[in-house]
Amino acid sequence: MSALVLDIDRLSITSGARRLVEEISLRVAPGERVGLIGESGSGKSLTALASVGLLAEGLVPSGSIRLGGHQVVGAADSALAKLRGEVAAMVFQEPLTALDPLMPIGRQLAEVVRRHARRNRHSMDRRSVERAVLDLVRQVSLPHPDRLVRSFPHEISGGQRQRVAIAMALACEPQLLIADEPTTALDVTTQAEILTLLRDLVTARNMALLFISHDLPVVAGIAERVIVMRQGAIVEEGTVSQVFAKPAHAYTKSLMAAARSFDDALEIPR
Amino acid sequence: MSDLVSLPATTRTRGPLPRALLVGLFIVGLQLVIALMTLVWTPYDPSALAGQRLEAPSLIHLAGTDRLGRDLFTLIMIGARIALTVGCGAILIGGLIGVTIGLAAAFAARTLDDVFAAGLDILIAFPTLLIAMLIVASSDGASLWTATLAIGVANSAIVARLTRILGKRVLALDYITAARISGSSWLSIVFRHVLPNIWPTLMVNLALQFGLAVIAEASLSYLGLGTPPPNASWGRLLQEAQATVQTAPLGAIAPGLALVALVIGINLLADGLRDLSDPARRSA
Ligand SMILES: Nc1ncnc2c1ncn2[C@@H]1O[C@H](COP(=O)(O)OP(=O)(O)OP(=O)(O)O)[C@@H](O)[C@H]1O
Ligand SMILES: [Mg+2]
Repeated sequence: MSALVLDIDRLSITSGARRLVEEISLRVAPGERVGLIGESGSGKSLTALASVGLLAEGLVPSGSIRLGGHQVVGAADSALAKLRGEVAAMVFQEPLTALDPLMPIGRQLAEVVRRHARRNRHSMDRRSVERAVLDLVRQVSLPHPDRLVRSFPHEISGGQRQRVAIAMALACEPQLLIADEPTTALDVTTQAEILTLLRDLVTARNMALLFISHDLPVVAGIAERVIVMRQGAIVEEGTVSQVFAKPAHAYTKSLMAAARSFDDALEIPR
Repeated sequence: MSDLVSLPATTRTRGPLPRALLVGLFIVGLQLVIALMTLVWTPYDPSALAGQRLEAPSLIHLAGTDRLGRDLFTLIMIGARIALTVGCGAILIGGLIGVTIGLAAAFAARTLDDVFAAGLDILIAFPTLLIAMLIVASSDGASLWTATLAIGVANSAIVARLTRILGKRVLALDYITAARISGSSWLSIVFRHVLPNIWPTLMVNLALQFGLAVIAEASLSYLGLGTPPPNASWGRLLQEAQATVQTAPLGAIAPGLALVALVIGINLLADGLRDLSDPARRSA
């Protein structure tokens, strides 16, 4: 049995005759922060969803995915349901659809807290659930926790909503947090704040992080190791400094050139 | 701007109730009171000949009399009871069957979902009339209940199709995926997230079905597949007044107005309730 949190071995994902992901292998050790980079449509989200056994219907995985030591490919949904909340949690790209619009934020958080407690077979009374919720809100540095928990999602900003989504993920106390472009929909300042928050939180809890992005500098700031995907395959892999100092693959070079010229464009007017 | 700074300035205070809700409540409430009253009291015996034929409105016959000499106001009051029974019954039956099938289809695996979708399309193509004839044929004869059941079953296909589409849309959202990843069961996803989120749209559609059900009952009555006499529904009154609409238009106008008022009232009620259930509108 491996000690890896996530161990993907020659995973392919097909949709009918189309191969969307091609024999990728990927490992995340406990407490490790891994970045997954690639252009749009390269199969990053599919890989992430496959890891928790939530591929859309019609998409067929083959190969092996071990999540917390348990095989995900071909596992029954009931077996996966247990595994998911314990081992992995996920934060998505779109803050607009990350939360249920009809439920006050406190209730959404409370639901996860209660479910997590039930799973670990200790019962929580209402007061301790409330306390746990406020504590989570504080941990993601949201202002006025007691007021925030009574707000509805439409009453807070996109960045605040992402913080709530992160809090919900933390409530599960997972070993692995999968963040699928959690900052792409946010402005630059907010993006930086969320990244710092994510990094601090996972480091403090010794949680592993699989961070998905198409933005090189963002990944460089948060990950220790990066994996570059292109058209469903892994083209390059290494520590951040390795990949950035000496990109081996032409595609990585072009990604870096693009990032650099973008930076330059920002610098010129100053 | 940093997202750390601002929050809604004060805690939310609930605004006034939507006006649509109040007007709808008033109209439907009034008709409900009248309908309940007919169970214990009506101005006249509905089947008795209370006056001359086709009398004009007067203090003793508020809406005049019909072509047999029955008191029209009494008949309209009883019609309210029938309309509310048919409408509520039909949307209850249609809603229960429809939402259940629709949700099952939304959750089902793709092949099963295709079967559901095709089945619903066939059921929708089935005229209510045919369903009503089948139900009457397999029971003791036409009654208010066979008509209600037939209309409800016909409604259920429409409700199911809508529920399926709305449900699928909600199920594709990130917060559902997040809930599944955190280990939510299907049942809790249905009751906590899917139903509350599709309910506002569903409710407005059900209100529409309510009006259509009342009208459908009228057509069924006309064909002898609905409420038997002497309990004249508004639909039957309308059809009976057809022959004399030139000389005594009130016979058609009065039940027509009652019907229109109820349908508008129900729709206003549904609109108001939808606004109330939407936090974004409520706090606006
Ligand atoms: N449900 C699906 N059925 C069929 N093909 C799909 C499905 N979902 C995704 N794909 C295809 O799989 C490929 C990879 O998609 P994926 O969502 O993993 O890309 P991504 O790397 O996350 O891109 P982005 O950066 O835009 O999020 C795309 O070509 C997409 O068209
Ligand atoms: Mg993606």
